[in-house]
Amino acid sequence: MTIPYYVSPERIMQDKAEYARKGIARGKSIIAMECQEGILLVGENPSRSLNKISEIYDRIAFAGAGKFSEYESLRKAGIKHADIKGYAYGRDDVTAKSLANAYSQIIGDIFSQAIKPLEVEIVLTQINDDQGDEIYRISFDGSLADDKGFTAIGGRSDEIKRFLGDRYQERMSLKEALKLSSDALKQVNNYEVGVDNLEVALLDRQRKNRRFRRVTCDEVRKLQKE
Amino acid sequence: MITLEEAAESSFFSLLLKGSPHLLPNYQAVDLTHPAWKADVPEGTTVLALKYDAGAVVAGDRMAVEGFHVSDRRIEKVYAIDDSTVLAIAGAAGPCIELVKLFKTELEHYEKIEGVSLSLEGKANKLSQMIRANFPMAAQGLVAIPLFVGYEAGAGTGRIYKYDVTGGRYEEISYHAIGSGGRDAKNTLKKLYKDGLPKDDAVRYALEALFDASEEDLGTGGPDFFRGIFPTVKVLSAKGISDFPETQIRETYSAILQGKEIRA
Repeated sequence: MTIPYYVSPERIMQDKAEYARKGIARGKSIIAMECQEGILLVGENPSRSLNKISEIYDRIAFAGAGKFSEYESLRKAGIKHADIKGYAYGRDDVTAKSLANAYSQIIGDIFSQAIKPLEVEIVLTQINDDQGDEIYRISFDGSLADDKGFTAIGGRSDEIKRFLGDRYQERMSLKEALKLSSDALKQVNNYEVGVDNLEVALLDRQRKNRRFRRVTCDEVRKLQKE
Repeated sequence: MITLEEAAESSFFSLLLKGSPHLLPNYQAVDLTHPAWKADVPEGTTVLALKYDAGAVVAGDRMAVEGFHVSDRRIEKVYAIDDSTVLAIAGAAGPCIELVKLFKTELEHYEKIEGVSLSLEGKANKLSQMIRANFPMAAQGLVAIPLFVGYEAGAGTGRIYKYDVTGGRYEEISYHAIGSGGRDAKNTLKKLYKDGLPKDDAVRYALEALFDASEEDLGTGGPDFFRGIFPTVKVLSAKGISDFPETQIRETYSAILQGKEIRA
């Protein structure tokens, strides 16, 4: 019989966290930001069809950074959770808060129990008409944060958050928010991300029922020119 | 995490069947053939659809009856499912309304999971499967039969699908009507319908057909000037789905009734 090596739990967790951080660091960053028109989500994405940002429910959007296959299945699980809840109760009963908690549980359990942790960071946002908007960020270990005004996930998220922290103002217009987000990406990347490589979406306060919409390249160009 | 089979699944209906069957209607354990049940289920309807030069018009009356009693005078039978399709329902009200809610969630769920909408053919096919799943209930008398109408952007026309209780799907090329007054409404449409109708004519013919059905069928409500309740009309076109304004429906009915008075 072989005697298993003893490794302290602390060491195991440290190794897992380091592994997950490395994976996420390779991924591109995504920014979520409140503005007058709604909540803007911007990320660098060379693919037109493999989205990092998507709709979960009427007022809720999702964005993932890190390993695509992993946040893609988290996204699908979120849609399933939301649709079942909305079908069984009412459409207003589907909230980002409850979804964020569910994600935190799932990701946290995988981090502590599975050999390989998820190499993902996700953001969930919800627009509200009468009270303030909500922005939640969930990390690879299941830790859940509630951010005010803006947040960033992915490789250079700390730098982006520092950059935005000095410049973000409440009640910016969509145009200003888009400009600030592009500037932040440019600052940390040291190159400008072309419009064709930008994935942009908006939880739109003007829309009825399903508020999520993708902002097309043409619209982004128009916003940048104005 | 999730299996390959689960990952490929983009149907909300299957999701409920597997994970939450208690959320789906299931009356199989109840003997619905007992005569006492029959009278308590609201039913009776006329809904119809016809094509016009830039899409399709779908209309329905507002009455629901339980046996010989009026159950509801303002029930809604024509529903917008998404930006390009409409479902008009006939049969037992409970299962019908459940079918609408389920089908609406089904299409939205698919669109969100896959990132693209189902094709019109795909939607019509999915609806077949859902009606087929309802067959055990239909066999006991709880029939839920829809008329499915969609706007096909590529062809620039509306398309009308009718169904039977077994989930059989048949496409109609110009018009169709279902429900207890469906045959009467169809007779009227048969006399009036022409290819390439302008929108206002199509709406007028739809309202006239519903009026004729309401005269012949006890389960179909006509225009109710006393309470201000009128049939509802939805118009499908390249611009999406719009409700035909109630004030114009009222005016159209005034004109139709005046014409009948002169003839009488």
